[in-house]
Amino acid sequence: MNVHHSTNSLETPESRGAQSGVKPVENVIDCDIQELYYGTFKAVRDTRIPIEKNAITAFIGPSGCGKSTVLRCLNRMNDLVRGFRFQGHVLFLGQDIYAPAVDPVEVRRHIGMVFQQPNPFAMSIYKNVAYGLKLNGYKGNRDELVEQALRRAALWDEVKDKLHKSGLSLSGGQQQRLCIARAIATEPAVLLMDEPCSALDPIATRKIEELMLQLKERYSIAIVTHNLQQAGRVADKTGFLYVDTSQGGRTGYLVEFGETERIFKDPQEAHTKEYIRGEFS
Amino acid sequence: MTLVALVPLFSVIFMLVWRGSKQLSLGVFTELPPTAFEEGGGFGNAIVGTLAIVGIAALISVPFGILGAIYLSEADSENRLARSARFAAKVLSGFPSILAGVFAYGAMVIGARVWGWGGFSAIAGGVALSILMLPMILLTAENALHMVPRRMKEASYGMGATSTQTMLNVTLPTALPGILTGIMLAVARAAGETAPLLFTALFSNYWLMSNGKIDLLQPTASLAVLIYNFSSMPFENQIEMSWAAALVLVLLVLFMNLIGQAVSRRSIRA
Repeated sequence: MNVHHSTNSLETPESRGAQSGVKPVENVIDCDIQELYYGTFKAVRDTRIPIEKNAITAFIGPSGCGKSTVLRCLNRMNDLVRGFRFQGHVLFLGQDIYAPAVDPVEVRRHIGMVFQQPNPFAMSIYKNVAYGLKLNGYKGNRDELVEQALRRAALWDEVKDKLHKSGLSLSGGQQQRLCIARAIATEPAVLLMDEPCSALDPIATRKIEELMLQLKERYSIAIVTHNLQQAGRVADKTGFLYVDTSQGGRTGYLVEFGETERIFKDPQEAHTKEYIRGEFS
Repeated sequence: MTLVALVPLFSVIFMLVWRGSKQLSLGVFTELPPTAFEEGGGFGNAIVGTLAIVGIAALISVPFGILGAIYLSEADSENRLARSARFAAKVLSGFPSILAGVFAYGAMVIGARVWGWGGFSAIAGGVALSILMLPMILLTAENALHMVPRRMKEASYGMGATSTQTMLNVTLPTALPGILTGIMLAVARAAGETAPLLFTALFSNYWLMSNGKIDLLQPTASLAVLIYNFSSMPFENQIEMSWAAALVLVLLVLFMNLIGQAVSRRSIRA
């Protein structure tokens, strides 16, 4: 399979319509979570978030509000958790990734993920980036794609002379950019980032933020962050999630979603107002 | 306290080097064991025999041990089969070695006669030692696989790897140093075992060959049994031989450990 054209197999009427300029705004992912359980624990309810093409969508909210859970729904990472159950649908380019015929492994090849803790493999920098190519059985020039991915992750200049050193020998910020390079080497359509800067210092954080703004030219990005300023700096759209404790449990749900500027300057819901004011005052 | 603990260790090593090195020569590696009043001689056949028996034991226990460890590490905590297998391995790791010998004697020396072969052999000895090695390899390998950080496996799944690909490309290579350490410990323990070999591999004064070919189905010499046999003999030369054999056995195990460490260190760098 040629990784450059890997999204073709999931092409849909919607994306074809977009090519002829019918739809002005295109959503790569339409996520509608009605109810989400871990065993008997209801973790999330009533959350609809679209991930717009070539834009950055941020999920914010207090801890425990299920924002990471929602993100992990989008590439079926939650399937790895015991007792995970889900009602609703997640449309990726119009196709439901939770349809019975869909293989979660295939989904994750199109929707890449960057985690909270930098998690490079205990192998060389080169092999880390080439990992996805190896999984896809890519036969072409891997060196070229590895270099391209490292350049796009703004890491090439720092590592070009030590590609065969262990990925674990890099600093935290470099490791996280290595993980981004690894995720984009196979050209996913969407990049999910789960608090990618929470383990990094401010300088490394700024680098990752600048990188995200470059990456959105090519990829669609969804990011979970507990850092409101970060959402304000990078996100085009923002969704605010909150915890509902009224039924005894701790169930997260989407309170408000919209343009980042609007959410920050003119929040409509009381919870959003409180949260945003609380963070800034 | 540390010093007190070191006294037995160093006195053993001192005695081994002092008594063992006197007889050490090229001859001990190439010649056959001396008979009662013979001078000189060696135990080349016992070195070969120990390597063959431990090699057979490793061939059996390493694949089963690693595959079992993969199963145990991937099975979830409520899996009955995995829990009983882990319990069985723990019991087996405290199993008296002589009983492993009795089992192999029953199965391989006597039992295999049903199919027309059997008898004392290197293979029977290998089976006996593999029973001792299996739980050590299984439990250390499972532990090593558990130590691989969850986030590393998640990264692999997140890239669209199947669980098999994740195991082969990420989890196993990352756990390899720990697994190799377990194998080395098991090999070192097995190489020094005497009791299970007494009634499985027995002993032989000749090379591990018949009609010019290697024959694993005949009684086989081993360093441990040679030490056991010769140390209780009244003949000075044979007692000296058993000292030399003890030193060689210790060096052999040490050498294998060093190789194992070098291999695992290289695999980390790659």
